[in-house]
Amino acid sequence: MTDVLTQPRPIRLKGRSYLALTLTPELPFEDWLARLDDLASRSAGFFLRRPVVLDITGLDVDRAQLRTFVSQLGQRQVRIMGIEGASPALLGADLPPAMADGRPTSDFEPPAAAAESAKAEVAVAEPAVPELPKAVPSIIVTQPVRSGQSLVFLEGDVTVVGSVASGAEIVAGGSIHVYGTLRGRAMAGTMGNAAARIFCRKLEAELIAIDGYYKTAEDMGPEFRGKPVQIWLDGEAFKVEALA
Amino acid sequence: MGKVIVVTSGKGGVGKTTSSAALGAALAQGGDKVVVVDFDVGLRNLDLVMGAERRVVYDLVNVIQGEAKLTQALIRDKRVETLYLLPASQTRDKDNLTAEGVAAVIGALKANFDWVICDSPAGIERGATLAMRHADIAIVVTNPEVSSVRDSDRIIGLLDSKTLKAENGERMEKHLLLTRYDPLRAERGDMLKVDDVLEILSIPLLGIIPESMDVLRASNIGSPVTLADQGSAPALAYFDAIRRLKGEQIPVTVPGEKRGFFGKFFGRKAA
Repeated sequence: MTDVLTQPRPIRLKGRSYLALTLTPELPFEDWLARLDDLASRSAGFFLRRPVVLDITGLDVDRAQLRTFVSQLGQRQVRIMGIEGASPALLGADLPPAMADGRPTSDFEPPAAAAESAKAEVAVAEPAVPELPKAVPSIIVTQPVRSGQSLVFLEGDVTVVGSVASGAEIVAGGSIHVYGTLRGRAMAGTMGNAAARIFCRKLEAELIAIDGYYKTAEDMGPEFRGKPVQIWLDGEAFKVEALA
Repeated sequence: MGKVIVVTSGKGGVGKTTSSAALGAALAQGGDKVVVVDFDVGLRNLDLVMGAERRVVYDLVNVIQGEAKLTQALIRDKRVETLYLLPASQTRDKDNLTAEGVAAVIGALKANFDWVICDSPAGIERGATLAMRHADIAIVVTNPEVSSVRDSDRIIGLLDSKTLKAENGERMEKHLLLTRYDPLRAERGDMLKVDDVLEILSIPLLGIIPESMDVLRASNIGSPVTLADQGSAPALAYFDAIRRLKGEQIPVTVPGEKRGFFGKFFGRKAA
């Protein structure tokens, strides 16, 4: 007789990535723990509910030392989700699992001042959404940019769903996208980003600039006027291309 | 509580005062209690257009400075019972308007009238920002010419940033009133077309008032055009405008456009 499958539904396995903090302890552990305590006293609960990986690459420790160290971290509410850079002989069922192939991201700044500890606690109280790798910021403006208004966003791209009126200006650190008529001034890549571009549905601009190079309406030539275009910088020359 | 309307524009001479008087008179003829407030302190024109210049004793500045009671300064129209005027001072200047004083006057008027129409001075100076500050609805008066449209665009920006509604995170209801529209000149290309103006300003169209001698004649005899000549084209356009202001959905017809033959022009909807 064959077994009858009463549960036809499979178990679902899904991948998920988190940003984990990596602790790189130094020998001797006692001194390092003292420094950690100092940090923790300034920002209580900083490590609570955060995924933390212990990187012990190049540390000359034995299994007993490692186990004591992990439990000492546990007493400080620092729960290690995995150990990186440990030889298989060091690890066992009583220790966090090995982790590999972690990719580094930018340094994480612990909240330094005591005044900020309250803020840190608030941050900890939030659901455990780990800090994602920082996306290039951009802003979206859903209203028309009116004459006399100046929209400055030096961190990244500006998208305008609407028109930019004559006499208005947009200054962006990144590219500028206008899903309407661009009649005013558009200055892209102002923080020295020569790769920034200007896109618009209808070009009627008074002035365009990328990375400090600029062109006024009069030097732009009539062939792209009123058309959907993209503008970018090739060396010191502006390139304009009609968008389909 | 009444609604506060500010009639504003960036450029002068576009027809704010004429429109304030005409809209006020049109609303009052429908039975609503209306007060038209002249905020153009230092110039004072609304009383002329409404034919009340010889009856001005106290004005807005007197009320704000506590020299007169509001009821003393309000002038009731002789033709329409429910129409009132609060005139501006010609001898003082705009610096006499205080933010608290204006707030108090507008608050008192709101409690007693269905509509408070504020005739704003042109430009973006103190007088204009005070006039728009307490408004619920803004009517932006524009002529079909580039300088007027540009300045109106600037004013709409201010309406979205410098008013109480904006500061409370609400959106001010804004309408475009296109005045002094001349179909012949628009056809010849001497004037901006309606679609161009709407495309640039992107706010709903309240009405198009045709350029007409009737408006000038009415002003000169001291009567709003909606009172003096109710059957004239501009008067009809103002009457339509107040119906739209009250929420009716009626199509805007562009003066001079051939109707019927070109179906797409027929029944243009307010954008």
